[in-house]
Amino acid sequence: MTTQFPVTNAGTGDDGLAPVDPSKPLLEIKDLEISFTTAVGTVNAVRGANITVYPGQSVAIVGESGSGKSTTAAAIIDLLPGTGKVTGGSIVFDGRELVGAPAAENEALRGREIGMVPQDPMSNLNPVWRIGTQVTEALKANGFKGSKAELNERIAAVLNEAGLPDAERRAKQYPHEFSGGMRQRALIGIGLASRPKLLIADEPTSALDVTVQRQILDHLGTMTQDLGTAVLFITHDLGLAAERAEHLVVMFKGRVVESGPAQQILADPQHPYTKRLVAAAPSLASRRIQVAHEGGQAPTELVHRAEGGQTGDVVVARNLTKVFDIRGSLFGGSTEFKAVDDVSFRLGRGKTLALVGESGSGKSTAANMVLGLLEPTSGAVEFDGVDIAGLSPQEAFRFRRRIQPVFQNPYGSLDPMFSIFRSIEEPLELHREGSRKQREKRVRELLDMVSLPASAMRRFPNELSGGQRQRIAIARALALNPEVVVLDEAVSALDVLVQAQILELLGKLQDELGLSYLFITHDLAVVRQIADDVVVMQTGKVVEQATTDEVFDNPQQQYTRDLLAAIPGAGLEGVELAG
Amino acid sequence: MLSYLGRRILQLIPVFLGATLLLYAMVFLRPGDPIAALGGERGLPEATQEAIRAEYNLDKPFIVQYLLFLRGVVTLDFGVDFRGREITEVIANAFPVTMQLALMALVIEAVFGIGFGLIAGLRKGKFFDGTVMVLSLTLIAVPTFVLGFIMQIVVGVNLGWLPVTVGNNPDFVSLLMPAIVLAGTSFAYVLRLTRTSVAENSTADYVRTARARGLGRYQVTTRHVLRNSLIPVVTFIGADLGALMSGSIITEGIFNIHGVGGTLYDAITRGESVTVVAMTTVLVVVYIAANLLVDLLYAALDPRIRYA
Repeated sequence: MTTQFPVTNAGTGDDGLAPVDPSKPLLEIKDLEISFTTAVGTVNAVRGANITVYPGQSVAIVGESGSGKSTTAAAIIDLLPGTGKVTGGSIVFDGRELVGAPAAENEALRGREIGMVPQDPMSNLNPVWRIGTQVTEALKANGFKGSKAELNERIAAVLNEAGLPDAERRAKQYPHEFSGGMRQRALIGIGLASRPKLLIADEPTSALDVTVQRQILDHLGTMTQDLGTAVLFITHDLGLAAERAEHLVVMFKGRVVESGPAQQILADPQHPYTKRLVAAAPSLASRRIQVAHEGGQAPTELVHRAEGGQTGDVVVARNLTKVFDIRGSLFGGSTEFKAVDDVSFRLGRGKTLALVGESGSGKSTAANMVLGLLEPTSGAVEFDGVDIAGLSPQEAFRFRRRIQPVFQNPYGSLDPMFSIFRSIEEPLELHREGSRKQREKRVRELLDMVSLPASAMRRFPNELSGGQRQRIAIARALALNPEVVVLDEAVSALDVLVQAQILELLGKLQDELGLSYLFITHDLAVVRQIADDVVVMQTGKVVEQATTDEVFDNPQQQYTRDLLAAIPGAGLEGVELAG
Repeated sequence: MLSYLGRRILQLIPVFLGATLLLYAMVFLRPGDPIAALGGERGLPEATQEAIRAEYNLDKPFIVQYLLFLRGVVTLDFGVDFRGREITEVIANAFPVTMQLALMALVIEAVFGIGFGLIAGLRKGKFFDGTVMVLSLTLIAVPTFVLGFIMQIVVGVNLGWLPVTVGNNPDFVSLLMPAIVLAGTSFAYVLRLTRTSVAENSTADYVRTARARGLGRYQVTTRHVLRNSLIPVVTFIGADLGALMSGSIITEGIFNIHGVGGTLYDAITRGESVTVVAMTTVLVVVYIAANLLVDLLYAALDPRIRYA
């Protein structure tokens, strides 16, 4: 059994806005057991979880994917996916037992008493209905009765509250006409439309850019506080959880391993898993570095630094510009879109250069030009002093092996029909590298390099975890002994602990093989851990370019400062961090 | 929207010209002499054959014949066939019954295909789903004429519920059995397509979110699952209208329906190029119109698609 820490009421909002007795729990989950039936047997996703939420309180469940945090949340609103079933324990909401209650009763509760803000705004609004229609559904399903005019007024109010100006026009638009941030605002509006007592926010911002994330969370915080709504956050980001919730519940493999006031858990984690989580959280790690830095410690002791054998720049991008034609109507001609606008940077041999920016900033387009996968409209990429645009087909083929990419989605970049061996061997075979026996030996070596057993060779991508798949992608990139690896959001899709492991592996490989990394990311927290130099991009242009320390200690541009401020956990003032 | 429609209709012109030219060339290059064949065993005198050729413009070069045909299209006067009937009248006689048959088949496949597909998709992996999947596969595997004969014997002869053949009395009741037979295979495809689409959409994030905001099962199914699932199904059904019209040849043969199928078959065997091309052209136009309708319906179902 795990240690159960007493769930305290410390940190309950003292704003006094909650209309109900604040000493009586709003939600009380006791010894909750949830299991899924699969082809290979029963999987216990949640095992004896205890969580208490008081009226008006904000509680965050923190854990990595597979920890059972989302499953627990789904059980509260009786929407467990697939074969999921509550097999034990109780969920009491506002004095009513929900486990085993008739479906109609739980349905009446949804939306009206318990609202939800889902994870991915892109997939959680039905693309074929207008935003206003989807708000109407929420209102009507929860007992709104009134004239058409009153309804329209209420819809506009809901969207306005959620921070969408010009709400009447917005209500007539479709989801695809909204940006991700606007969609999430609409979803928050829908979640709170019927004034629920509890709002479940399941990773409400993990699919959004950092600066948007901050705005949305700020808004969500103000709104729920004004309405006196209790919030149950589900997140994998400890920094974010600590910043946004008073009370933390840490889940690991279906169990609640620790719970208590946020600050206390950060300062003094008890459970080994929580300790690892606090130590690995990138947002907190950069905060820790900053604290240490201010205390006079040289950051080199904390941050990995590569000492390349050779010096000089391996990749030089000169005034790169990429213009895309956006197709207009048949006779209307096309408009131009400058994805990358006059971007220059240098990647030193054995160094790591981070290209940082939000989605749409042109960082991936720039990376694709460096890889030679896109032709620049103007400007040039020089690799080892040679302009890659002038290469003959044979030279271009040879150039390819010297620079290799690793992409964001390890699920998408490995062919599911290829065994791991075949995936890693493919580049070797393509470049006619050695005999079959030698190639097999090389694959073993590579697997060893990325700390995977040789037995993984015979397996297929679907049998591996996300982190393992990303290791395979790295092994494949290293197969041809490249000099430069382009890491396009290579760790963004991974859980924090796995992310930390992969970053460590990348650092080790850089040391051993003298690799140069071009690191594309939206996450400044990760940059702090790995990069030597940083290029900050915004709407295709470079806004700031300096060493990592300079950017973090003394950002010159407002945009960079916004990005830095948006790192979750950056606002945790005066917290003595553990580890 | 209107400019889009206008452009689509303008696009019809090259498609129409290309299709008719191709058809005309194929019929023209067909081996055998239809005029010589008119005389049967005894043959016709050379002078008579020449006279007939001149009457039907068959002595002129290919391209002139084609241009004369185009003039016929514009003036809606294709001349007469070898039996002396107005070709325009032949078409006017054949198309209504086939059109009715195809539309009845279309309604049957759409209503039952989507209905059963929806239930199967919502109960994926359950008994109903399994049964329907096996039955639909059987339906796809069985040739149309086998299904037609079985229906005739069981429903028509043994049970006596519906007339066995249609003949000169093409009313709704007598066309019901042919329509069911004609719809058979397409029904199975619509069912399977709907089922897959529904099964996929019912696990979509926005469906769960809709339930989380308090919507009942019925509302979620009709408003969120069904509408989104219909998008690929509508494409299939629309494209199928053309296939049903031209694919009715076998069904019309089995049930003795005097529609496009039978008339076209006769014209092909007799080598009446003008009749063949004229009828096929109408089919091409129907096909293109159906596709245009699908595109417009598509935009109505999915707001992300906008034509300008």
